[in-house]
Amino acid sequence: MDGMDTTLEELYTQYPDTVKKNRKKHIVIKSEADVACPQIEANTRTIPGIISQRGCAYAGCKGVVVAPIKDMITITHGPVGCGYYSWGTRRNKARADSTTPKDKIYSQLCFTTDMQEPDIVFGGDKKLARMIDEIVAAFHPRGINICSTCPIGLIGDDIGAVAKAATERHGIQVLAYACEGYKGVSQSAGHHIANNTIMQNVIGKGNERKPGKHVINVLGEYNIGGDGWEQERILKDCGYTVNCVMTGDASYEDIKNLHLADLNLVQCHRSINYIAEMMETKYGTPWLKVNFVGVEATNESLRQMAKCFSDPELEKQTEEVIARETARIEPALEQFRKICRGKKAFAFVGGSRSHHYQHLLKDLGMEVVVAGYEFAHRDDYEGRQVIPTIKSDADSKNIPELHLKADEKLYREGNEYLNLSKEQFEALKKEVPLNYYEGMYPDMKNGDIMIDDCNHYELEELIKKLRPDLIFTGVRDKYIAEKMGIPAKQMHSYDYAGPYAGYNGAINFANDVAHTLTTPAWKMIVPPWERIEEPDTGKQEGANDA
Amino acid sequence: MLECVPEGKTEHTTGKINPAKTCQPIGAMYASLGIHGCLPHSHGSQGCCAYHRMHLTRHFRDQVLAASSSFTEGASVFGGASNLKTSIKNIFKIYNPDIIAVHTTCLSETIGDDIPNIIKQSEIPEGKIVIHTNTPSYVGSHITGFSNMCKSMVAYLAEAQGETKKEQVNVIPGFVNPGDMREIRRIVTALGVKLVMFPDTSGVLDAPLTSKYQMYPEGGTTIAEIRDSGNSEVTLALGAFASNAAADLLQEKCGVTGIPLKLPIGLKATDDFIMAVKDWFGADIPKEIAIERGQVIDTLIDTHFHYQGKTVAIFGDPDHVIAMTEFVITMGMVPKYVLTGTPGKEFEATVTKMLDEAGITGSRVKAEGDLFELHEWIREEKVDLMIGTTYGKYIARTEDIPLVRFGFPILDRAVHPLMPVVGYRGCLRLIEQISNAFLERRDRDALDEDFELVL
Ligand code: SF4
Ligand code: SF4
Repeated sequence: MDGMDTTLEELYTQYPDTVKKNRKKHIVIKSEADVACPQIEANTRTIPGIISQRGCAYAGCKGVVVAPIKDMITITHGPVGCGYYSWGTRRNKARADSTTPKDKIYSQLCFTTDMQEPDIVFGGDKKLARMIDEIVAAFHPRGINICSTCPIGLIGDDIGAVAKAATERHGIQVLAYACEGYKGVSQSAGHHIANNTIMQNVIGKGNERKPGKHVINVLGEYNIGGDGWEQERILKDCGYTVNCVMTGDASYEDIKNLHLADLNLVQCHRSINYIAEMMETKYGTPWLKVNFVGVEATNESLRQMAKCFSDPELEKQTEEVIARETARIEPALEQFRKICRGKKAFAFVGGSRSHHYQHLLKDLGMEVVVAGYEFAHRDDYEGRQVIPTIKSDADSKNIPELHLKADEKLYREGNEYLNLSKEQFEALKKEVPLNYYEGMYPDMKNGDIMIDDCNHYELEELIKKLRPDLIFTGVRDKYIAEKMGIPAKQMHSYDYAGPYAGYNGAINFANDVAHTLTTPAWKMIVPPWERIEEPDTGKQEGANDA
Repeated sequence: MLECVPEGKTEHTTGKINPAKTCQPIGAMYASLGIHGCLPHSHGSQGCCAYHRMHLTRHFRDQVLAASSSFTEGASVFGGASNLKTSIKNIFKIYNPDIIAVHTTCLSETIGDDIPNIIKQSEIPEGKIVIHTNTPSYVGSHITGFSNMCKSMVAYLAEAQGETKKEQVNVIPGFVNPGDMREIRRIVTALGVKLVMFPDTSGVLDAPLTSKYQMYPEGGTTIAEIRDSGNSEVTLALGAFASNAAADLLQEKCGVTGIPLKLPIGLKATDDFIMAVKDWFGADIPKEIAIERGQVIDTLIDTHFHYQGKTVAIFGDPDHVIAMTEFVITMGMVPKYVLTGTPGKEFEATVTKMLDEAGITGSRVKAEGDLFELHEWIREEKVDLMIGTTYGKYIARTEDIPLVRFGFPILDRAVHPLMPVVGYRGCLRLIEQISNAFLERRDRDALDEDFELVL
């Protein structure tokens, strides 16, 4: 602990006083002496001039939540860049299925109004409306999303009015997301805006419940590298009907029917907890925070789910799947453990993954000593019980809160969804954390660091001081770490591999991590002529001794 | 793949579907990285900066550092002056660059922040420099942004010390890879002429891995060199869209003669580039360069039957596309569709003239186009080959046409930023890629009875 305190003090010394004061609040050392997680500052402004990893509200809204909806066309209203950069970047896989034929999948196209100077001066409403008309005529989509970017908010285009008029004109839903990049302090604002719009306009519009005894939704799963498909495979084997994986490979048609499921699973807490919560208020649907990254974590999530339904057949089938899958992958995992065991890692990914991946790494015998998020809120670190105590500042006030009421026709109590009596439901809640998330803190170990919005300087210093064996991060930091001789894996897009979720994912991940650690080149960084002259630089030779 | 794309002609007059360009700031950011010890700074909300860094990183597979003013709603309403001043102070204290190169985004442009004034009011440590350029994204493209930042380097830094000029050449290399810049430097050096090249991202975006991390790698044009560019006799502006503006300003500001050239991609353009240096400085052509040229001719003769007469669609950035179009004409191919996303009527005029001179008719040429349109053309009449960026791969797969990756960005192939396409060596690499694309195609498509060791 003390060692870590000194390390951090040294790290702060280069900061101007105001920066130091600010950044100190974003960094917490885990101490087992503390009963609860000390308060960590999160979801507050990035300091100007700091090389942060954060993106903007538009990236959170369009890039994360909205764009993966495969049968809707998403138009970025703004100059060309924003739409272009969020085109095909997140690897949200999609395929045709019973609700979505091939010619209704638009995921590989990029639509932007490409605003030009006169449009900025005179307004872009008309241009947007014209583009919608052309697109409807050419593509006949089931629905259209409009996402606005920074200048649109400033020039005051009323995208809501354009969407409303287009909806009437074309008889399909056209949705407007006012997700200008400057809203809030990070992607997080955009997640919230997307959640609000989808909740208000799409969910609840359908009335077709999928056949099956236990119908569930997976929320906050974006099917990067096929993660969602692996989860669907497992869930189906256990006996569930997956109504919708949202929004990875989700169709507009399925999202309309989201309320017709018995249980919502929440995978990425940060980006989708709003919908889970709003559905609980409006329809009574219970939700369960799950984690399908990691073998033990997957098993645990499956067991908790099975408990929710108190159906002996389901529990039996779940145990069979767990036994079968674990036995299938265990021998291979054991081989990889030989390479991975005892290695120290840093994890900086998105809104739940820095937590999720700790479980998978634990399965491999590795430990995460520094972890953090780019755009999380306090509850992602400290647990949902802190939500009432979070003070809303000017930046978060700009994002409207929907105050929903129970739906007169459709609301049912949580226990009814699960076919339980009130008493059974109360007893279940004691066993399974329904409608709750405990945050990352409990899974960290004594002396580990939690760091919010870790910036380039802090990363560089922490690497120098702690010399981890491996770093999990985004593409922007990957090459920085590697230049320092530390292997890095890109965890936003998995270095273009995957899936990493579920059982098959665990094997893929273990294989990729093992390869990352054992690439022979790591041992050859020092050229032979330097090795001869200074034989004792041998320590530098390999970044790891695998 | 693109089963949703409608068959036949559609009404597409508004906005872009699958753009073939992106926004100005990323070009400015890339150019800034070509100054040694420079930290690019994006004045706007942090999302743009995050996107630009990510995109460059994916193309180069190397670190791209840049800071942002991180606007929130407040700054968007009241102006970004205080954000920029805070940024400048923090950057020098924490990251200690020699120079900060500020570019705007469409947000700060729409607000109308007066950057030069804000810079004047900022705390800048002794000996440190802050330069800026305006890069509104609703004008031009990433190429315009690159051009604007090069121009700002001249505006802020270049100086002429007296009337007499030094026997040295300025080269503005255009929006090309570090491997290309390294090759341009090699060629000019081989001709025995002293050179100032800016920007120069070699050594920055293709820096070696030594495990000794440097936030500012050894590469990049030094500030002193850019200053000295005002004392050179002549500037070669490679690529009109990316480089002419800076060369023109050098001429105006420091009296350095500017010579506009194509990007030295392909045989003729490389000849022109080398002749420009020879003509001005009376340089002798060293044997190594003569040999390289002869190898290109030899290779063209050896390989012509793989590609001659084939039709090709070329798309990407204007300077790249213009040079490539000239090269494939040299190779005896037929550029059927030639398209750039960057606006500019000169593009259409230049390409049309080249096609006319080659007696090629029936081709389509377009500036400010997009890939949806290119796809429509291809559906109307197919081509044998596509040459362009990674984004063309959807069309290539849907229509089953081989794609040679060329230009910016290439996100789905490795090593390319280090491998030059400029100069005679670059010609060899392009001929290799084009020939092999056709050969691989034949191997793949051949019937069993036609399949042979060498097809
Ligand atoms: S807001 Fe403007 S500068 Fe930023 S990414 Fe979008 S187009 Fe580019
Ligand atoms: S895990 Fe992170 S990166 Fe992924 S969707 Fe959630 S918030 Fe975004």
